[in-house]
Amino acid sequence: MRTLLTVFRKEFLDNLRDRRTLMSALLFGPLFGPLLFGLMISRMLEQSVVEADETLKITISGSAYAPGLASFLESQGVKLTRKEFTETEARAAVRSGHGTPVIVMVPEEYPKLFSSAVPAPVLLFADSADSQTRKIADRARHFLGAYGSGIAQMRLQLRGVNPTLTVPIAVNDVDVATPSGRAVVVLGFMTYFVLFALLMGGLYLAIDSTAGERERGSLEALLSLPVSRSALVGGKIVATCAYMCISVGLSLAAFVVAFRFVPLERIGMSANLNFGTAALFFLICLPFVPLGATLMTLVASFTRTYREAQTYLSMVLLVPTLPIAFASIYSLKTQSSLMFIPSLSQHLLMTSILKDESISVLDVLVSAAASLGLAAFLFVITARHWRRETMLG
Amino acid sequence: MIEAFGLSKRFGKIEAAREVSFTARDGEITGLLGANGAGKSTCLRMLYGVLTPDSGRASVDGLDILGETSKARAHLGVLPHAAGLYNNLSARENIEYFGALHGMRQKDARARIAQLARSLDMEGFIERRAKGFSQGQRIKVALARALIHDPGNVVLDEPTNGLDVMAIRNLREMLLTLKAQGRCVLFSSHVMQEVAALCDRVIIIGGGRVLADATVSEIRERSGAASLEEAFLQVLGNTEGVS
Repeated sequence: MRTLLTVFRKEFLDNLRDRRTLMSALLFGPLFGPLLFGLMISRMLEQSVVEADETLKITISGSAYAPGLASFLESQGVKLTRKEFTETEARAAVRSGHGTPVIVMVPEEYPKLFSSAVPAPVLLFADSADSQTRKIADRARHFLGAYGSGIAQMRLQLRGVNPTLTVPIAVNDVDVATPSGRAVVVLGFMTYFVLFALLMGGLYLAIDSTAGERERGSLEALLSLPVSRSALVGGKIVATCAYMCISVGLSLAAFVVAFRFVPLERIGMSANLNFGTAALFFLICLPFVPLGATLMTLVASFTRTYREAQTYLSMVLLVPTLPIAFASIYSLKTQSSLMFIPSLSQHLLMTSILKDESISVLDVLVSAAASLGLAAFLFVITARHWRRETMLG
Repeated sequence: MIEAFGLSKRFGKIEAAREVSFTARDGEITGLLGANGAGKSTCLRMLYGVLTPDSGRASVDGLDILGETSKARAHLGVLPHAAGLYNNLSARENIEYFGALHGMRQKDARARIAQLARSLDMEGFIERRAKGFSQGQRIKVALARALIHDPGNVVLDEPTNGLDVMAIRNLREMLLTLKAQGRCVLFSSHVMQEVAALCDRVIIIGGGRVLADATVSEIRERSGAASLEEAFLQVLGNTEGVS
């Protein structure tokens, strides 16, 4: 125990003085996720929110041929600009994109066909490769469709047919998603960033205390001391855990702050993330810390150099993403049978809390026990490897 | 006192040590001379217990290195071939870390470090971080680290490698001081002059075997050669690579 504490103290101090460790544990790891996340989501939300609020502006050509259509559009709040184009001119104008993203053109033959109840053509010019114009075009198409079905109903009534006959079924969308639930689709990535920060926090310490010892030639002196190898590697793992805890704590705090700036509520979503839930997340992640630390230390113990360790550990960083990717593909929900899988269980529990769903204490305990159990198993393997003479390299 | 009894070790097809037996006595400097790859490091590593011999055993002050590892190691200071320091720690912190791992109290370790800093002339850089230390400074810190628990036996694996002339001179003086203090000093080298100048007893190793185990003068007498160099060459026979 004394050896373990001595090693822990030394590794903690040593790495506190190491710029590389500090950058990855305290800066890059914890802040990368929240920053990227905040920026990405606010940009996404701003776009969709702005468009729904804005008045639709359409340029219409040949409105004189369809006065009914024009006045219908204006009654729906569409701002019409009347300007005459030939077909070629319209094409060019839309392509150049200056002020006329979408043009509705009513051709000369429209009135004749319309009055004889033959489908009358209306041309809609838009560039579907541009996501902005596509949205405007969609809205224009929606209004044109509404006008069309209004006319159709009137025609049927005039002919003595009940218009409801054309509507055999009525689909009513009943959306049961809670405001938080909707946000989860967007926020699902957050748990990954939290687990990423958790591992990043200990990455360099795990390398430095194993492959680093070997590379700088201090390992053999250390191994020739009258101390238990389990205590030696145990101290290193505990120091790695300490950095991981700091990193995941910072990451969660950064997420709470970042979410203050994300206008989620403007699209009817809310994220259940405040400092209280962040603390709960921390507790849920805590059992994953020794698992990650032991796994990284074990893998790094087999490598000879810093570079080699970095290569292998960057693969280890991907391990927790696999269950999360699996979960989102199959849209898994929190269920007791999945609590045995580390990283997936933490992901599901955190997602449930984000969704404002209740979680069972038993699930949390099973998740913790599974992670800790696997960590203990990996520790036994690691300690055994450290006792081998091949450890000298 | 360090004793080896029939140590053998094999790595795959290579027999790194074959039936190696010798004794390194207290108050003497014993040199393990051999070419690169002759099996010197393998022998020393079995002596301080980081390698397990396939057969044979080794003891330090009568304590079996495998049976009573911790006790035996408490009597042993080791300066391995690669004696790297922690660059982010000061010289003092580097040494204190090993003291703490030996189970020393901080007060005792401090007193011992002050003593070592004086005798190894480290006072000028003891509080500086190890990053940027010269080879000579590094070897002093590594040696102090090996001696922190005041062991009766000291094992050094090629300690003069990479040192400049001044540093080698210093190291020589340090080893003589250790001998004068009545310690058992065992070191390996592939430099004959070094061994000849320092050692009371020379063990010549070639191909994993002990080729000779005698005092410097005995080797000279037995071979009848005029100079020490010729005497060594006779003993070594066709073993090449000793400079």
